[in-house]
Amino acid sequence: MTSESTPDEPAGAALPASRSQPATLPLGGAVIASWLRSANVSVLREVALLPVLALLLIVGTVRSPVFLTVSNFSGIGEQSSALGVVVVGESLILMIGGMDLSLESTYGLAPMVAAWLIVPVAAYGNGLDLNPYLGILVLIAVGAAIGLLNGLLIVKGRLNGFIVTLGMTIVLAGLQNGIVKAQSLFNLPPAFGYLGSAQWGQVPVSLVVAVIIFAVVGLFLRYHRTGRAIYAVGGNPAAARAAGIKVDRLKIGVYVAGSVLAAIGGLMEAGRVSAVTGQQGYGEGIIFSVFAAAVIGGVSLKGGRGNMIGAASGVILLGLVQNILTLTNVSNYWIEAIDGGVILFALFLARVVGGESTAESA
Amino acid sequence: MTSSGPALVEMTGVEKRFGTTRALRGVDLTLSAGECLGLVGRNGAGKSTLVSILSGLAEPDAGQVRFAGDPAPRVGDIARWREWIATVFQHSMIVGDLSVAENVFLGDMARVLSWRELRARTREIMSDWGFDIPAEARCRELSVEQLQIVEIARALARGAKCVLLDEPTAALEREAVRRLFERVRQLTAGGVAVLYISHHLEEVFEICQRVEVLRDGEMVLTAPLAELTRDDLIAAMVGSAQVRAATSSGLESPADQPRQRDQQRRPDDAAVLSVEDLTSDSAAGRLSGVSLQVRTGEIVGVTGLLSAGVATIGRTIAGAESRRGGEVRLRGALVPSGRRDIAERAGIGYIPEDRRTEGFVPHLGVAENTTMTIMDRLSDRFGLVRPGRRAAAAAPITARLSLVSSGPGQPVEELSGGNQQKVTVARTLAHEPALIVAITPTRGVDVASKALLLDSLADVARSRGAGVLLCSDELSDLVICDRVIVLVRGQVFAEFTEPPFDRDELIVATEGLSGSNLDAAYDTPPDDTPKEAAE
Repeated sequence: MTSESTPDEPAGAALPASRSQPATLPLGGAVIASWLRSANVSVLREVALLPVLALLLIVGTVRSPVFLTVSNFSGIGEQSSALGVVVVGESLILMIGGMDLSLESTYGLAPMVAAWLIVPVAAYGNGLDLNPYLGILVLIAVGAAIGLLNGLLIVKGRLNGFIVTLGMTIVLAGLQNGIVKAQSLFNLPPAFGYLGSAQWGQVPVSLVVAVIIFAVVGLFLRYHRTGRAIYAVGGNPAAARAAGIKVDRLKIGVYVAGSVLAAIGGLMEAGRVSAVTGQQGYGEGIIFSVFAAAVIGGVSLKGGRGNMIGAASGVILLGLVQNILTLTNVSNYWIEAIDGGVILFALFLARVVGGESTAESA
Repeated sequence: MTSSGPALVEMTGVEKRFGTTRALRGVDLTLSAGECLGLVGRNGAGKSTLVSILSGLAEPDAGQVRFAGDPAPRVGDIARWREWIATVFQHSMIVGDLSVAENVFLGDMARVLSWRELRARTREIMSDWGFDIPAEARCRELSVEQLQIVEIARALARGAKCVLLDEPTAALEREAVRRLFERVRQLTAGGVAVLYISHHLEEVFEICQRVEVLRDGEMVLTAPLAELTRDDLIAAMVGSAQVRAATSSGLESPADQPRQRDQQRRPDDAAVLSVEDLTSDSAAGRLSGVSLQVRTGEIVGVTGLLSAGVATIGRTIAGAESRRGGEVRLRGALVPSGRRDIAERAGIGYIPEDRRTEGFVPHLGVAENTTMTIMDRLSDRFGLVRPGRRAAAAAPITARLSLVSSGPGQPVEELSGGNQQKVTVARTLAHEPALIVAITPTRGVDVASKALLLDSLADVARSRGAGVLLCSDELSDLVICDRVIVLVRGQVFAEFTEPPFDRDELIVATEGLSGSNLDAAYDTPPDDTPKEAAE
């Protein structure tokens, strides 16, 4: 498993998939054929959440007249995209047998650092007045650096992933508030906020990008040798190592990829609310939603099992529940209890319908 | 055996099954006060099962255990068992962070009133039996030998009338073994009965008065050692009639191959693998300076007892664990220590000892597991792997091993043990390595699959010129070897260069015995000069 394409660039590595399709036609054919062959087994597992989603659609339609409208769904998409991108990152880390709580702080800190370098001193910036495009590069670099640090501490330092990322969560959240003295940064340049706020017609750009990320990572996991190595390492690290897979390098790479995705999610959120606040990420406690979406979607906390279709349906489920609760004017006091109850119910149902969810055997 | 009164420990007609395996079949055993009884048998003969039944950890399916004529306590009532029989296990049962005194009275603290009394009573036991370990010492700081004494002291503190020593010398240096024997003699002189379990026959001859031999769950021999020769013991352990039966039921074809191969072509002189002065501190068996070579197309067997370092040498050469010192060269190029990925790319295939921990990814498919070593080769320039291509690449290898599965996508966890082992071997063969390191490749595999797996390894050496290093304590694996190296306590003890190898001679060598002189192995430490046992 030498990887000229390291796992920290899943998007870039797997993009050529679509490009190569016209050239080598049999690939497309083989893909469809193998899909059909494994269909009767895996589809049932992958759509285990479908009954729950259908139920939610019915409940929403019955309870609220505005539920089944394009603008409402566009709103759900916009709100869920940022979370969804972080869920992709966390799913990758869970699949390789890791765990990263600090994604929520990366989700807040990375856009904060970028915005801090971009906005003028008057708006609590640091005075560098960085070009917003460079700012986005900084955001990605911050994500990559955090992921690298986590990966090195956990893999090379042989420290417990839970504790390392718990500590990291708090450190990063402190930095997020510290650099701007707990101020919120507004007046973000349009280029910086574009990803989170722009719309193509009725469709939010963030939703399109999130869907592309899900699809590309899903295909990468299914067909790329590094993606397959992620399943192998998550499923049995000792066996993967014995087969010559560079287990440590791959794990660190996945931590980097996960943190970069969390930073991109943070950029989407900053654009959507037109600000970077001290609360973004850690303050909101989004990591609970991230884990809930991944686990509801069948990503195993023990590693080696899960796929992007499942993770996406977990995100959609959480988005629908949130939306219906808001639309039906459920008292704020009760929202969390109902939210949690739905998560538990969905988990239970997914287990009953799908059995032990498995890695997709492509 | 005492003729007066009931024996201290008496086992009659004990049976134990695990699934379809009959681990013990009507075993009788008696042990009298002041006696040291040896219990010997090859791996899998049922010794461990016997130990756990005698220690009160497992219940026999049939038969009885009696202490001084009375039925033994209920299984699981460890406290009452310990009043009769205490076991010093192969793996230490000492809590490292506690003091010696606390460990001696571990699980029995309720009866002790104060720390001072705890220490005083520990000192009393130590001085009564001539042991010299301070009661206040942290166990973490003690040597393996001292820990064993703490365990023996623990047994004596409970007033156990019988001490069961399970492979007590496995981790001990030669001098420590001698001191242990002195202590065992003290115990028996003090009226304690000792059941001494060991792979080292010379130790049994030295310390025991009587011996019982287990073979395939049956007690095949019980006799005073004075009436026995070493050959009698080995014959009882191996069961020569049974060896012939096993050979005729499927192992015959690989057994004939080495000779055919010699006629076809002699192994080239070019060394695929050369190992110089390899050392390791592995807990599974240390190595102290092993050198060996494997030539192109040659199959070299490495065998010995479990603790002799047989698996360790395979694992260190394959890069699955780090070595302490020495050099491993593949075709002259140095292989770095403990880097499995680099070793694999350099051309060292690795069939691990335990397939469940290292051999396969349970929920991934047969084809995916088989091709795990060749993902680079199967992927296109974007790194994409087509499932069809993967299945096509795996098919010929799995077919040659007669691997039975419902299809290339069937998860390996659903296969039988034998087929899982075939996946592990197939995965290694797929990469077409220059050297295959196989550790106990046929463990837990039925006779027919065993022949197939060995045949496939022999075929790789014969047709592709790969070197094979076959590390196995299963002597029947060695029929495909051109040479066999016997390790004793982490050193090369003997080398057999002329196949077919004499089974009895191999066993004698693995026990660390050479020639007919029983004491030879003890008086002269094994050195690196090979062939001394190839009589």
